[in-house]
Amino acid sequence: MAEPRTAEAGRNVAVAEGPREGTPEEYPGDVHWYDLPDDDAAPEEDEKPRTAGRSPWRRFSGAVRHGGSRAVRNSSAIALLLAVWETLPRIGVVDRVFVPPLSEDLVAWYDLLLSGQLAEHFQASVIRSLSGFGLAIALAVPLGLVIGWYKPVADLLTPLLELFRNTSPIALLPVFILILGLGESSKVAFVLYACAWPILLNTVSGVKTVEPMLIKSARSMGLGPVTLFRKVILPAAVPTIFTGIRLAGAYSILVLLIAEMVGAKAGLGYLINDAQASFRIPEMYAGIITISVVGLSFNLLLLLVERRFSTWRTT
Amino acid sequence: MTATLDQVTGWEPGATEAKIAIRNVRKEFPVRDGGTPIAALTDISLDVRAGEFLTLVGPSGCGKSTLLDLVAGLTTPTSGEILLDGAPITGPGLDRGIVFQQYALFPWRTALANIEFGLESKGVPRRERAERARHYLELVGLAGFGERYPHELSGGMRQRVAIARSLAFDPQVLLMDEPFAALDAQTRESLQEELLHIWHRTGKTVVFITHGIDEAVYLGRRVAVMTARPGRIKEIFPVDFDSRDGDLRANPAFGEYRHHVWTLLREEGAGATAKREVVSRRG
Repeated sequence: MAEPRTAEAGRNVAVAEGPREGTPEEYPGDVHWYDLPDDDAAPEEDEKPRTAGRSPWRRFSGAVRHGGSRAVRNSSAIALLLAVWETLPRIGVVDRVFVPPLSEDLVAWYDLLLSGQLAEHFQASVIRSLSGFGLAIALAVPLGLVIGWYKPVADLLTPLLELFRNTSPIALLPVFILILGLGESSKVAFVLYACAWPILLNTVSGVKTVEPMLIKSARSMGLGPVTLFRKVILPAAVPTIFTGIRLAGAYSILVLLIAEMVGAKAGLGYLINDAQASFRIPEMYAGIITISVVGLSFNLLLLLVERRFSTWRTT
Repeated sequence: MTATLDQVTGWEPGATEAKIAIRNVRKEFPVRDGGTPIAALTDISLDVRAGEFLTLVGPSGCGKSTLLDLVAGLTTPTSGEILLDGAPITGPGLDRGIVFQQYALFPWRTALANIEFGLESKGVPRRERAERARHYLELVGLAGFGERYPHELSGGMRQRVAIARSLAFDPQVLLMDEPFAALDAQTRESLQEELLHIWHRTGKTVVFITHGIDEAVYLGRRVAVMTARPGRIKEIFPVDFDSRDGDLRANPAFGEYRHHVWTLLREEGAGATAKREVVSRRG
């Protein structure tokens, strides 16, 4: 019924509009001039996401160029810090026993690297960090999705979550050690606990704050609850979830250091603490430098991953 | 010209066949603390003929969008019934496509992927999906913009994508909820014109909601005027022009139709907004 009518309609339109020349030709595929000013209205705002959306190479080269000039600006402050670190102990403004010049710390770092100790501590820390962090993602993302999607679960768990979220993980560290001992499991569990919160809370809010119009629009196209979740809720929540994951990444290193300082036989936290206790001060600074570089790199890596998954987000 | 149009769209005045039949529909919304429910719509009866372009105009808050949600199957009427091809509407479905004012495009999908969305849930195979998406992208005049994300498109372009998305899964009925209200005047006029082209080409039944009097008269082959809340249909009248060539809005008949709608809305007391709009358009 519908098809013949449409076909007939097409023919009649052609007949009816035959004399009006130009109309059908100029209609399809035109980019009208009145669409353009709208497009260019906010070039500053548009610039970044637009290059981000097109070719990966342009995005990359743009990032490098952009990052290059910024790196010069940012690194000047760091260069100043390093220069001060090198100079002040040498001219006697600060006690070079407690704050050795940077060059001495770097020599100590190099010695640790050659002796293989640095690799050992680094490996111990990274394994604990990544296991706790990975387990936190594996547990908190699904739990967050459930809490965000099913209101009864949210109603049930929210008070509990509020309570635990406001209890500092550090306060619970003795409990972890008491129950799980001084070994690896207590440290991994501790990192897992600390990392779970930002991931969980961001996942919940990611699911809850999906634009209602998108849900309505998807429902109007006949999507059932499962497909709706898979095709709309999940992709819409991904950027928020990744923000939580990035925060958790920073936490995973911060809190691990604490655990390693309280009781451990290896790891960068142990190295720093042990070097200080046995007065190998340059080694202590070598440990500190390592941990800040590790933290910085990890955060940068997660930031890149987060950007990769949020290119469509304009804000 | 008018006669030709009627032929094109497949209905003759007095045809019994109704694509959408709304019968004595009432919709109430519960209030907090168990007070008397608020009636958004009362006693709505309306037939939409197959292939016709019906505009529904009313003051803001009169329940226009509620009526559209009911036809879309997103909510159910408190009483009365809505029939689509004689069968009661039980829920949302791909036989009806909706275009929202806020576009409601999926921001993580490109223009083409957005258009494919409805086709995916219809189970159309991948190759055919891509083909059809491209076809409808061209139909709305956006060929070459398929790989853009919504935030890379202007408001007018986004709404074209949304229209293409709703057309792509080939619904019989297109429900449009003030789709052009957020656009600037020039983009709106061009989209109105293109929508009429698309309607001619596809022969869809269109129900178009607006609070703009000009828009209702320009687009509608019939105009239904609603009262202020609780919404009722106040009057339905056909819009006929001797010719739609040239600047239709300058046609004296256009002015008469517009004045008629304006008068109907003003009687509602809630005509203040409509009045302001007319004045600003003249000025």
